Amino acid sequence: MTGHTTKTIRVDTLTRVEGEGSLYIKLVGERVADVKLKIYEPPRFFEAFLRGRHFSEAPDITARICGICPIAYQMSAVHALEKALGIQISPAVRLLRRLFYCGEWIESHTLHVYMLHAPDFLGYPDVIAMAKDHRALVEKALRLKKIGNRIVQLLGGREIHPISAAVGGFYKVPTKQQLRGLVDDLKWALEVSLETVRWTANLEFPNFEQDYEFVALRHSEEYPFNEGRLVSNRGLDIDTAEYEDHFVELHVKYSNALHSVVRGRGSFLVGPLARFNLNFDKLPETARQVAIDVGMRPPVKNVFRSIVVRAIELVFACAEALRVIGEYEPPATPRVEIKNRVGVGQAITEAPRGILYHRYALDEKGMILTAKIVPPTSQNQKRIEDDLREYAAQLVAWPMEEATWKCEQAIRSYDPCISCATHFLKLSVDREEIRV
Amino acid sequence: MLIIGCGNRQRSDDIAGILVVEKLQKLGIETSICSGQALDLIQAWTGADDVIVVDVVVTGAPVGTVRTWDARHALSSGEAAPASTHGLGIAEAIELARVLGRLPARLQVYGIEGHRFEYGTENSPELAYGIEEVVDRIVGLIATQESEVHKQGGVLSWQPRSAENMRVDLLAEGA
Repeated sequence: MTGHTTKTIRVDTLTRVEGEGSLYIKLVGERVADVKLKIYEPPRFFEAFLRGRHFSEAPDITARICGICPIAYQMSAVHALEKALGIQISPAVRLLRRLFYCGEWIESHTLHVYMLHAPDFLGYPDVIAMAKDHRALVEKALRLKKIGNRIVQLLGGREIHPISAAVGGFYKVPTKQQLRGLVDDLKWALEVSLETVRWTANLEFPNFEQDYEFVALRHSEEYPFNEGRLVSNRGLDIDTAEYEDHFVELHVKYSNALHSVVRGRGSFLVGPLARFNLNFDKLPETARQVAIDVGMRPPVKNVFRSIVVRAIELVFACAEALRVIGEYEPPATPRVEIKNRVGVGQAITEAPRGILYHRYALDEKGMILTAKIVPPTSQNQKRIEDDLREYAAQLVAWPMEEATWKCEQAIRSYDPCISCATHFLKLSVDREEIRV
Repeated sequence: MLIIGCGNRQRSDDIAGILVVEKLQKLGIETSICSGQALDLIQAWTGADDVIVVDVVVTGAPVGTVRTWDARHALSSGEAAPASTHGLGIAEAIELARVLGRLPARLQVYGIEGHRFEYGTENSPELAYGIEEVVDRIVGLIATQESEVHKQGGVLSWQPRSAENMRVDLLAEGA
C-alpha cells in the first residue's frame, strides 16, 4: 500500500438504528477496499430456544425477539404454524390481524421517520436537538406513536410484547365499540401522515440510485401484510413455501448475522421501497394519490427516499386501519380449536423493515422439532454492504467526520433492526482515521 | 409516585428493571413496565409529578452497583449515563421531554450495573444485590411519603397485602 493514503471509517457503535452493530469501511486512495457491517447479535438463539416447546408457545416466544416489531414475529409464527397444522382462520380474525399489523407499522414507521431519520435530513445530530427547533413535529410523532400503541394494546393485550395473538386466532378479540373508539384518532393520524408525505418529499436526497432486486409479498387484492406470493422485479414469483429453494444464507466471519442472497444472483432489497415498487397498484387511493402528487412513482431506486415511502405507508396503515374498523364484526369464536399433528409450515409476513420468514416442523404432540427464522435485516445486510461500497466511493473526497456521518445516514435508510429486543448499549461513537 | 421498570427478560442482565418492579408489585406497590424506548417512556410519565425509572446501566462499576440520576440535571450520553440500543433510551427520553416540556417535576433514574446482555435468561449473580438495594430504597421512599400522608390524616395510596410486607410496615413505622 506504499504510496497510497489509507483511510478507515469506523463507527464502533451505530446510533439511531434498532440494535447493535458497527461499520468498517476502508478506503485506499480513491478505491473502497473493504466494507464490513458487523452485527453483534446471536440471532439463532431463538431457533434453538423454540425446539422442544409446544407450538402454542411460539407466538409469545418469538414476540420477544424484537421490541419494535413483535407483531411481525407473532404473525409469521402463527401463519407458519397454522399451515403446519392445516388450520383456516376466520375472515374476522384475518381482518383483525391486518389491523394489528397497521398498529405496528404506525409505531415503527413513526419512530423511524420522525425520531431516527428526520434529524439526518434536517441537519441535527439527534432528535433532541431537532425538537428544539421543530417541537410541533416531535409532538405529532408522539401522538402518532401513541395511536399505534393503542391499536397494539387493544389487540395484543399490552403495548410491549403483546400476548393475545394465538395460533388459530386471538385469545381475546375487541368489541366493535372498542375499535370505534380508535376512529377519531386514526382520522387525525391519516391527515398527519398525508402532511408527512408532503414534508418528507421536500427533503434533500443524495443522488444515489442503485439497480436493486426488490423482493416483497404481493397479494391479488391488497397491499401486503400477512399473505401473498413472494415476487421480485427480476422474475421471482413463488409460493412462500419455496423461499428456501430460492434464497440462501451465507455465514461471514466478521458478523454473527447471516447474509442472505437470491440463489444464483446475489443481494436483494426488502422493506418499504420493495413493497412500494412491487405493490404500488394495491395502495389505497389516498396513499397512491399523495405519492403521485409528490412525484413518487415506481420504481424508486434511491434508498434515501425510503423516508418518503415510509410516510406513504403510514398513510396506507391509517387508511387500512379505518377500513378494517368499518368492516369489523367480532368472530363467533376468537380462536379455532386445534389438534396436534405432524406437519411442516412456512410463512412470510411484511415486518415494517421487510419480509420475515418463519418455518416450523412439528411432531405428533405439537412440539416444535425445528424452527427457522430469517429476519428482514439479515436479508438486507449484504445489500447494505453493496450499497455502502458504492456510496463510500462518492465520499472519498469528503472530510472524514462528514463521510462517516453520511455512511451512518445511509445505513439508517434501511431502518436496520440489527439485534432487536435488547435495549442497552453504550452510546459512544468512535471515529478513527488511520494514515499509513 | 409512578415507578417504571425498563428492560428485556430475554437479554440476561437487561431484566434488572423488570425484576425490581415485579418485587415491588408483590409488595402491593403499583408499578409499570416499559421497553425503555424514549417515546413510550415520555408517554408513560406524561401527567405524572413524581417518577422513578429503574433500568440496567453500564458505567464500568462492579456488577450490581446502584447509581441514581436526578433528571433536574442533564444526563450526558457518555459513559456514566443510562443508554439504549434503540438509539433513544432513557437519557434521550429525559432530554427530549425537557425540550418538549413533558418532564415530571421530580424524576429519578435508578441504574443497576449490568454486565451480560446476550440472549438468555441467566443473570450475573451480583445483579441480585442491586435489585434488592433498589427495592429497599424505593420501599423506604414510599414508606416515608405515605407516613407523611398518614400523619396528615390522608388515605394511603397502597396497602400492604401479606406477611411479606412486614418489613414495609416496619420501615413505615420507623420513618
